[in-house]
Amino acid sequence: MQTEHIFPHHHILGMEQFSRQDIAHILATAESFREISSRSIKKVPVLRGRTVVNLFFEPSTRTRLSFEVAAKRMSADTFNISASTSSTTKGETLIDTARNISAMHPDVIVLRHSSSGAPQLLSRHVQAAVINAGDGAHQHPSQSLLDLMTVQEHKGRLDGLKVAIIGDITHSRVARSNIQGFTTMGSAVHVFGPSTLLPLHIESLGAIRARSLHDALEGADVVMALRIQRERLHDPLLPSLREYAQRFGLSRDPMAWAKEDAIIMHPGPVNRGVEMNPEIADSPRSVILDQVSNGVAVRMALLYLVGNA
Amino acid sequence: MPNSWIITNGRIIDPAGGRDEQGDLYIIDGRVAAVGAAIPPDAGRIEAEGCWVTPGLIDMHTHLREPGEEYKEDILSGARAAAAGGFTGIACMPNTTPVNDCAAVTNFIVDRARQAAVRVYPIGAISRGSKGELLADFGELKEAGAVAVSDDGKPVVNSQLMRRALEYASDFGLPVISHCEDIYLGQGVMHEGPVATRLGLRGISTAAEAVMVYRDIALAEWTGLAVHIAHVSTAQSLALIRAAKERGVQVTAETAPHYFTLTEEAAAGYDTNAKMNPPLRSEADREAIREALADGTLDAIATDHAPHSCLEKDCEFELAANGIIGLESALPLSLNLVAWGILSPMRLIELMALNPAKILGLPAGTLQSGAPADITIIKAGQPFTFSEADICSKSRNTPFLGRQLPGRAVLTMVGGEVRFQKGLL
Repeated sequence: MQTEHIFPHHHILGMEQFSRQDIAHILATAESFREISSRSIKKVPVLRGRTVVNLFFEPSTRTRLSFEVAAKRMSADTFNISASTSSTTKGETLIDTARNISAMHPDVIVLRHSSSGAPQLLSRHVQAAVINAGDGAHQHPSQSLLDLMTVQEHKGRLDGLKVAIIGDITHSRVARSNIQGFTTMGSAVHVFGPSTLLPLHIESLGAIRARSLHDALEGADVVMALRIQRERLHDPLLPSLREYAQRFGLSRDPMAWAKEDAIIMHPGPVNRGVEMNPEIADSPRSVILDQVSNGVAVRMALLYLVGNA
Repeated sequence: MPNSWIITNGRIIDPAGGRDEQGDLYIIDGRVAAVGAAIPPDAGRIEAEGCWVTPGLIDMHTHLREPGEEYKEDILSGARAAAAGGFTGIACMPNTTPVNDCAAVTNFIVDRARQAAVRVYPIGAISRGSKGELLADFGELKEAGAVAVSDDGKPVVNSQLMRRALEYASDFGLPVISHCEDIYLGQGVMHEGPVATRLGLRGISTAAEAVMVYRDIALAEWTGLAVHIAHVSTAQSLALIRAAKERGVQVTAETAPHYFTLTEEAAAGYDTNAKMNPPLRSEADREAIREALADGTLDAIATDHAPHSCLEKDCEFELAANGIIGLESALPLSLNLVAWGILSPMRLIELMALNPAKILGLPAGTLQSGAPADITIIKAGQPFTFSEADICSKSRNTPFLGRQLPGRAVLTMVGGEVRFQKGLL
């Protein structure tokens, strides 16, 4: 919009597809839509007559709601389909579902799926633009973009920052997306967590593997904690949530290693008292709710950019 | 068609006799005969100038899917694919439905195979139902025609059962083929490397294979018995096998063409035709496999031909079945190793004919006088683009479609009968 950049993507599958210019363009577009959400009449006719299908194969409250609110504020017609992958053992079902939905001529399909790569598969079988709303442990590009938008809002820039991501990196699509997103924009991403939750070769994505919580947090501009899921206790990747909270959780003491003006982020939902102490989650440095607000603006931008073709 | 032939002017490659020379090959009544022997007047002539004339290739690791999954492959279609790929004999793994763990199933396979284009050698299960609990009846399997035992597709988790299998199989002269995988370490869908990390897919470490390779070596060493390691994919395993051979342990091992051709990068676009077990490994592993084929650490190239339909492959990567077809592409891909100077033609034929026959104890893999005339004629320097038209299997799950390959089999003869030929007759 403001930039001269021509957005070259039909599908939004992951952060690695974006250049620095693409990301700047998406964020500028999102910025221009942000104000719509503060009007008394929160609707613009930009996507009137366009159809957006939210196809969610995995439980999600905030991402689905955020996409739905975004689509509705753009005047698109939205439909939500929640399906359970547990009832489908063959991927044929995903392709069949995709073809059936495709026969109804949607403009955009927003897909959330527990299998990494499902959006790529879907995109090969439909005409509509596919937006990945989270696939397995692979990518969650709209989350990364809203994180970038939030950091830009608070730091005034996206380059030269130290970003620390703490927690379960192995199972996190948010971590992968943000490693690529922040690195593309010129910031350094340091990751840390228990070794059982830090994948080998994470450096190949551009991340720096910190040797301690101190190394990860020292001088950080942005500190992001990831959600620890209870099932990791059974794998077994962790002995107890108690020990996790003590050794790897964010509380006031370790946060003192970060820059004084460091912001605290979390993709939600927060396990208070596990990866983050409540006093940290609710501190003035926490921008967790800004992330949620920016999520709507970013998703409006993505729907606009691929849905208006 | 006659089953006496004079094959003229070929490059005769016979590792069993150490022969690699230009010459003629005589076949009388379906058996290799001495050159100059009295040949029947109706004998056919095959002009083989510019071709290799080799003992028929033996694939010691094929999945034919019959009984049970005939929509993927059956014994006859798999055998046609084998003939088209230059194989005159194939050993089929027991992971059918039902599992080939008793004479009734082996008899069924043997009976079906009477109509097949190539010789079919059934492999029986190590354990009943391949469940890893109780030994199968090796005696009756052997009597019905099984040439080896394996629980391929599944590792034998219980190490004591594996030891007992080695011991009991030795009573019947049955080789034991081990699918080496630690099932706990093996909980993943591709190689644990940078690609898996990027794609967000669960990785399988090379240790998942190597720890079981070492277990089997330790058992073979302790009992003084032989074990054959299936589809080796890692440098770590090769180091163990190499060291074991140096100590005199009776261990043999095979790999498959995809492990010396592709790496984990093939899965980068979630291509389910790059999903197999063991998974495609790193560049370093691929190099180690090539080296081990040349230096004798590996004894055989097998296809691990694993047909699957689009139902199992056109889906999410995590849900997709493991394996690719390989009978039609194995020799062409292996000819690359000769073209790249890694293997001599003689060594290649040793890996694809003589050694598999030796390991399985088959009367095959040789061109010596009196041997059954199972012959493959190969044009090593006839580049072609591998396409669906080259596939005789019922399934199409291969990552090699569209690939330029250096050469192929142009004639396959079993017992003096031509079972496949392409532009030679």
